[in-house]
Amino acid sequence: MRVALFATCLVDTMVPQVARATATLLERLGHEVVVPPTQACCGQMHVNTGYRREAVPIVANHVRAFTGAEAVVAPSGSCVASIHHQQAMVARRAGEHALADEAEALAARTYELSQFLVDVLGVVDVGAYYPHRVTYHPTCHSLRLLRVGDRPLQLLRAVRGLDLVELPGAESCCGFGGTFAVKNADTSTAMLTDKMANVLSTHAEVCTAGDSSCLMHIGGGLSRLRSGTRTVHLAEILASTEEHMSPTQTTAPAVPA
Amino acid sequence: MAISAASSDPTPLAPGAPRSGTTFLGLPTAPRGVGHLRGTQSFPDAARTALRDGQLRANLGRATTTIRGKRAAVVAEVPHWEQLRQAGKALKAATMARLDEHLEELERQVTARGGTVHWARDATEANRIVTGLVRATGSDEVVKVKSMATQEIGLNEALEAAGIEAIETDLAELIVQLGEDSPSHILVPAIHKNRSEIREIFSRTIPGVDPGLTDEPRQLAMAARTHLRERFLCARVAVSGANFAVAETGTLAVVESEGNGRMCLTLPQTLITVMGIEKVVPRWEDLGVFLQLLPRSSTGERMNPYTSLWAGVTPGDGPQDFHLVLLDNGRTAVLADEVGREALHCIRCSACLNVCPVYERAGGHAYGSVYPGPIGAVLSPQLTGVEDNASLPYASSLCGACYDVCPVAIDIPSILVHLRAEHVEAQTRPTAEAVAFRGLSRVMSNPRLWHLAQRAAGLGRFLARGRPTLPAALPPPASAWTRTRDLPTPPGRSFVQQWTEEHRS
Amino acid sequence: MSAREEVLGRIRTALGEHRPVVDVPPVPGPRSLAPAELLDLLAERVEDYRATVLRCAPDEVPASVVRGLDLALGEGWAPADVVVAPGVPAAWRPSGSPEDDGRPAVELAAFAATLTGVATAIAETGTLVLDGSPLSGRRALSLLPDVLVCVVEAAQVVPDVPDALGRLDPVAPLTMVSGPSATSDIELQRVEGVHGPRTLVVVLAG
Repeated sequence: MRVALFATCLVDTMVPQVARATATLLERLGHEVVVPPTQACCGQMHVNTGYRREAVPIVANHVRAFTGAEAVVAPSGSCVASIHHQQAMVARRAGEHALADEAEALAARTYELSQFLVDVLGVVDVGAYYPHRVTYHPTCHSLRLLRVGDRPLQLLRAVRGLDLVELPGAESCCGFGGTFAVKNADTSTAMLTDKMANVLSTHAEVCTAGDSSCLMHIGGGLSRLRSGTRTVHLAEILASTEEHMSPTQTTAPAVPA
Repeated sequence: MAISAASSDPTPLAPGAPRSGTTFLGLPTAPRGVGHLRGTQSFPDAARTALRDGQLRANLGRATTTIRGKRAAVVAEVPHWEQLRQAGKALKAATMARLDEHLEELERQVTARGGTVHWARDATEANRIVTGLVRATGSDEVVKVKSMATQEIGLNEALEAAGIEAIETDLAELIVQLGEDSPSHILVPAIHKNRSEIREIFSRTIPGVDPGLTDEPRQLAMAARTHLRERFLCARVAVSGANFAVAETGTLAVVESEGNGRMCLTLPQTLITVMGIEKVVPRWEDLGVFLQLLPRSSTGERMNPYTSLWAGVTPGDGPQDFHLVLLDNGRTAVLADEVGREALHCIRCSACLNVCPVYERAGGHAYGSVYPGPIGAVLSPQLTGVEDNASLPYASSLCGACYDVCPVAIDIPSILVHLRAEHVEAQTRPTAEAVAFRGLSRVMSNPRLWHLAQRAAGLGRFLARGRPTLPAALPPPASAWTRTRDLPTPPGRSFVQQWTEEHRS
Repeated sequence: MSAREEVLGRIRTALGEHRPVVDVPPVPGPRSLAPAELLDLLAERVEDYRATVLRCAPDEVPASVVRGLDLALGEGWAPADVVVAPGVPAAWRPSGSPEDDGRPAVELAAFAATLTGVATAIAETGTLVLDGSPLSGRRALSLLPDVLVCVVEAAQVVPDVPDALGRLDPVAPLTMVSGPSATSDIELQRVEGVHGPRTLVVVLAG
């Protein structure tokens, strides 16, 4: 299958290795990956902060960038949820009905990574090797908007060498919430503290999830505390093999602090 | 508690400020200066203080964990829960679409059965009506059943000003009233207090209480029973709210646990029920859906201990003088918003509070309104006009746990996002944030500008001087992030740039 | 303009000319249970509320009522301590117990226990419904004495809440009773016994 990769603005700008891992994984599974060069953002941050009118041109750019794509895959539950639940809505509210229709049609072909692997490609064992102790945080939008269920866990259980430990209080929000992390920084930090306490109670080397945004939040807190536990995106774990272990696929920091 | 969110002080008014706002259709919102829908601090400021209260955090954590487990267990045993929920949602939506007709029918039926119906445009008018009715009985005290509507309008303060003592009879409301505190939860207003704190309040305030009173919950409940028994037996006037009112039969319903509701609804000669206009349901059989949804969502029970249903007056049984006050107080302004009106479907179960990670940590007082938690964050700003509660729509990480447990499937996250936009669009002068977001919108919709911006972001790595994270001391607004979390050092090139260069052939 | 006209007018303005049309989806009926299972479920659910359930054959009701009162009041109670709803069959009554004669409601507080029948009972939720009829008694009767003994006959038991509503008169003063009075107001832990009867005994006949 020819798969168009939507890196998402955050991954593209801040953690490009996550998009790279997604591409590596899909190619290893025998699919052709294309990366539309004019892609930018899904518009979620604007919509969720109250700038729904300003989100419309961003949605339009997204729809233009992925015109004609057979299937779009993104390593983010949150962005895919926004594409499914918000893009057409804001376009329609702005009276852009043609754009809304196109956004709806594109959303129907847009998948979060774990859903794409399990539901569309029908694979659970992607041939990955990751010899580390890992705990999985189900991000809110993967869990409640996309209903990815246990698909990420099915994928992780099939990874050779991986020691999967259950995260207590897994379904509680980590406190990221987009601009919530800044506008309500104190409450966000209180939520993060409890999430970190649960992560640390597992003694995992790595906390993984399907959203780089939440991972940046949890990882930023764990790093500030010098906890030694890192956050690694699900795509990076699934892309890892015995033959192909990039520096970012170990649990050690890439650069000494 | 340092924060008295629902303090009795009216919100100060700027000179010349309107008594109340209006919506775009000219429908008035709840007036300022009366009732408890507005706090004195923004949510982030109030939360900042509350988050430092270790006892509050522990009390809330324990209580919400308990109730979440109970709810999940009794909901799981109903195989058709989701269909019930969708039926509840549809029934509420259908009711709202014909609200005027159902209220007129309700009025006809209640009147036909010997009750008197009053209409109140707002809190001030409702307080005036109730005060007048109590005065007419000659009584200088009323016993009260826990009621959100009367909390909302500040009825107790209005009665007090008229020389009438209002006695709260629900255990948690009693704890709040005796402790000179304010409610912090819809179902359990004293959820922020633990058993030792409650023992202390009772020992200090209940005359003649057993000096050996322990903090065992059963003993505390018995102390309340003894304290209130005589008041119930002497009471001549009761004030209640209503959970439901059936238009076609004129039947009112009060759902409770302790029997204090039954005492108030049965023993006094006069009963005054204050009800928000959105509480009406069209048909008797509709109760079949809501009476299954409410207790399981609320206290995590298959059914609450007592539900009282009455229509008008029954000779020889219960109050012989019944008044129903139908309250607007901003509800019609909520109804005018096609997205936001779903907040009127709320049946006040408080399941959304119990699962909310923000509520669990910040507590109910931080919301500044009698309606805290996720439902409060969508209801209070709509009742008052969003500018009077502008921080509340942002008091959520949009995790969606509230939507999942809502028994009438109110899409609270979508309403929060909608109200954020209403707030943004209500600004007449551009804020720094708006300037930034508008600029970012231009950048994110133009690939060339976007790539330039990404390159500029990549320059941030020079601040890191080779370290994996940026310095903790960054200027605002980045500081709001970096005060408590590290920020990774951005890469030199974005993924899309790298990929495009590699695949250029 | 009156407040009534104004509020109704605001609703009409808010809804505008094009009111939404909403289809209400049907709700599946209760699980189907054989009559015996229905009674078992009711007994199990009532006991869950820490009420006492005494099951008996229809002709054993009088003995079960006495046993229930023994359990609740301790042996040595006097028939005069128990007030009976006026429609309760003579055979069920402890001999010598007075009937509620319509005295001022607050005087009922002097009795230690009340005996009533019910209008219907809901198995799924363990709920008894009293309807203000002579058999159920007026509302104060089942409220003020500290012990409530209710006799439920097999034919009165329905599967779920909607079935019960179908059997009830919507304009009667109704009380749904699910266990003894209780509160969860202290740390959200349930404690039985506050203002209503602290002890509930259900005699389930059939």
